Amino acid sequence: MATGRFGKYGGQFVPEIVMPVLKELEAAYEKYKDDEDFKAEFNSLLNNYAGRPTLLYYAKRLTEHYGKGKIYLKREDLLHTGAHKINNALGQVLLAKRLGKKKIIAETGAGQHGVATATVAALFGLECHIFMGALDIERQKLNVFRMKLLGAQVIPVTSGTGTLKDATSEAIRYWAAHIEDTHYIIGSSVGPHPYPMMVRDFQSCIGREIREQIQRETGGRIDYLIACVGGGSNAIGTFHEFRDDASVKKIGVEAGGKSDKVGENAMTLSGTGEPGVLHGAYSYVLQTDEGQIVEAYSISAGLDYPGVGPEHSYFKDAGIVKYVSVTDDEALDAFRRLSRTEGIIPALESSHALAYLEKLMPSTSEDDVIVVTLSGRGDKDVQMVAKVLGEEI
Amino acid sequence: MTRIDNKFAELKKSGKKGLFIYIMAGAPDMETTFEAVKAAEKSGADIIELGLPFSDPLADGPVIQEAGIKAIKGGATLSSILDLIVRIRSFSDIPLVGMGYINNILKYGKEKFVKDFKEAGLDGAIIPDVPHEESAELRKICESENFNFIEFVTPDTTDERIKEICSSAKGFIYAVSVNGVTGVREIDYSVIGNVARRVKSETSTPLAVGFGIGSPSAAVSAAKNADAVIVGSAVVRRLLDGKLDEAADFIASLRQALDKMNG
Repeated sequence: MATGRFGKYGGQFVPEIVMPVLKELEAAYEKYKDDEDFKAEFNSLLNNYAGRPTLLYYAKRLTEHYGKGKIYLKREDLLHTGAHKINNALGQVLLAKRLGKKKIIAETGAGQHGVATATVAALFGLECHIFMGALDIERQKLNVFRMKLLGAQVIPVTSGTGTLKDATSEAIRYWAAHIEDTHYIIGSSVGPHPYPMMVRDFQSCIGREIREQIQRETGGRIDYLIACVGGGSNAIGTFHEFRDDASVKKIGVEAGGKSDKVGENAMTLSGTGEPGVLHGAYSYVLQTDEGQIVEAYSISAGLDYPGVGPEHSYFKDAGIVKYVSVTDDEALDAFRRLSRTEGIIPALESSHALAYLEKLMPSTSEDDVIVVTLSGRGDKDVQMVAKVLGEEI
Repeated sequence: MTRIDNKFAELKKSGKKGLFIYIMAGAPDMETTFEAVKAAEKSGADIIELGLPFSDPLADGPVIQEAGIKAIKGGATLSSILDLIVRIRSFSDIPLVGMGYINNILKYGKEKFVKDFKEAGLDGAIIPDVPHEESAELRKICESENFNFIEFVTPDTTDERIKEICSSAKGFIYAVSVNGVTGVREIDYSVIGNVARRVKSETSTPLAVGFGIGSPSAAVSAAKNADAVIVGSAVVRRLLDGKLDEAADFIASLRQALDKMNG
């Protein structure tokens, strides 16, 4: 029987070799997700190590820029290691420990998830291997060095196109060969069941905190929730709590890249993606007429993934979330705008969510409440942005 | 009965071990694939496993990945592979089984894939990213077309799942010799003995062992506990390097070693 579906999406499309370990993980997650000791340890780490709850910040000057509404930022950028990725990494390392695994592996694109994973592996004294495309290693030297400092081994992936999708495939292949002592910490709400569900649950603290915090700010009123979507973990963490609240309009912002042309964006849900199977799940995916996976592109390395979490595919079809896109240039403008209006340098990923305000705000009411999840901080992107702007640093 | 079933019946009668040769369709080009299938049959292959190239093959190691990328870049598509199968069938009745990934098949259309490829002369399909749990619909389609949907077992497959998998297995069961992906390496094939015993207690469907077999001696070790062995990367490497004759000689040496087992 097919398990782990969101409507028709999800499932376990993996080689037989991986099935026993997925079943083991599924059973462990079922056992621990409601276990009091597990929850207490997870929450304690989130609060005392990662820095939760994160602030819900009223962005007064950004609001003034638009002249209406009330814009709030959910400050995941203030977390240890600089992004929401640590929420999931902590949850999964606790599971790995309970499963008695000695080694942690992960894939990474820009290196944020790699750093988060290397961090939790260091915290628990576990061996850590990070799979990273050879091209990305070249582009993200700083994060590669951070991972090494944290004691992780960074393994270059040259297969395919040498980017995130290939690093993910290689991590799964390595896992297949080392299932007995290794746990794979997947970085987004993608992959075979139980990953999309588990990652969503570990990220759901974002939405739960928003609900609680907005109560104090506006008496609970939210009109719009906005988050960027690559694989979609910060977005699912933001939206899931509000999935049944029709009065809260939920908007997922994908990377429009350079253009609508195939290969020049990562518009899996808002563009030309079609349902298919990538990395173990049935979900929307960027592909050719022959069913070959198309390389995604975005200025933001955290968004250039040709697939998307299966729950987002379900949310799209069910009309629960609206998926849109903004271009590289629009994201860059938003990157600079937030830096100058609020003194907050956002990650390029999060800049996509912020950029959508330009399209949304003209159509909102005077008193609409908008919450944008600021998934990460932009320090990691400064070099990239300088290069694009033609600045020498 | 498919050509695969007939072949295994014939092998059983003669007391021989089966030799499967994997060839990636379109790597380095379709003409080489056509010649390689001919040469493989002549050198003693019993069944040809025809690789259907996918951009992101999760179960494959570096050699077959490289071959897949080369085939895609060279323009190989399911339609051009359909033509290749028709061409092979014009001179040969060797059992042909496709090995590919589900996304290409979904895009082509599941039913259309089974119908078109069956009609062209393909006898079954191995789809490594469709485990038993996800296979019900596809199995039903295959069954109605008398097309073999091949299932996998590994040394770590639990008894419960082996029972479930064996209850629906058709053609043959693909036993993965080792945890990991395709590609030549040193393997302790004795672990297959345990899997083979567990499979044989559930079904009379033949067992073929694959992954890692790169020499005649490895083929013999792997064949001890199985009805057939599957050799892929070692052949594909030679074809990618333009060494068709060497690939043919290698296949002949596998045949010879397997045939000596009964002598």
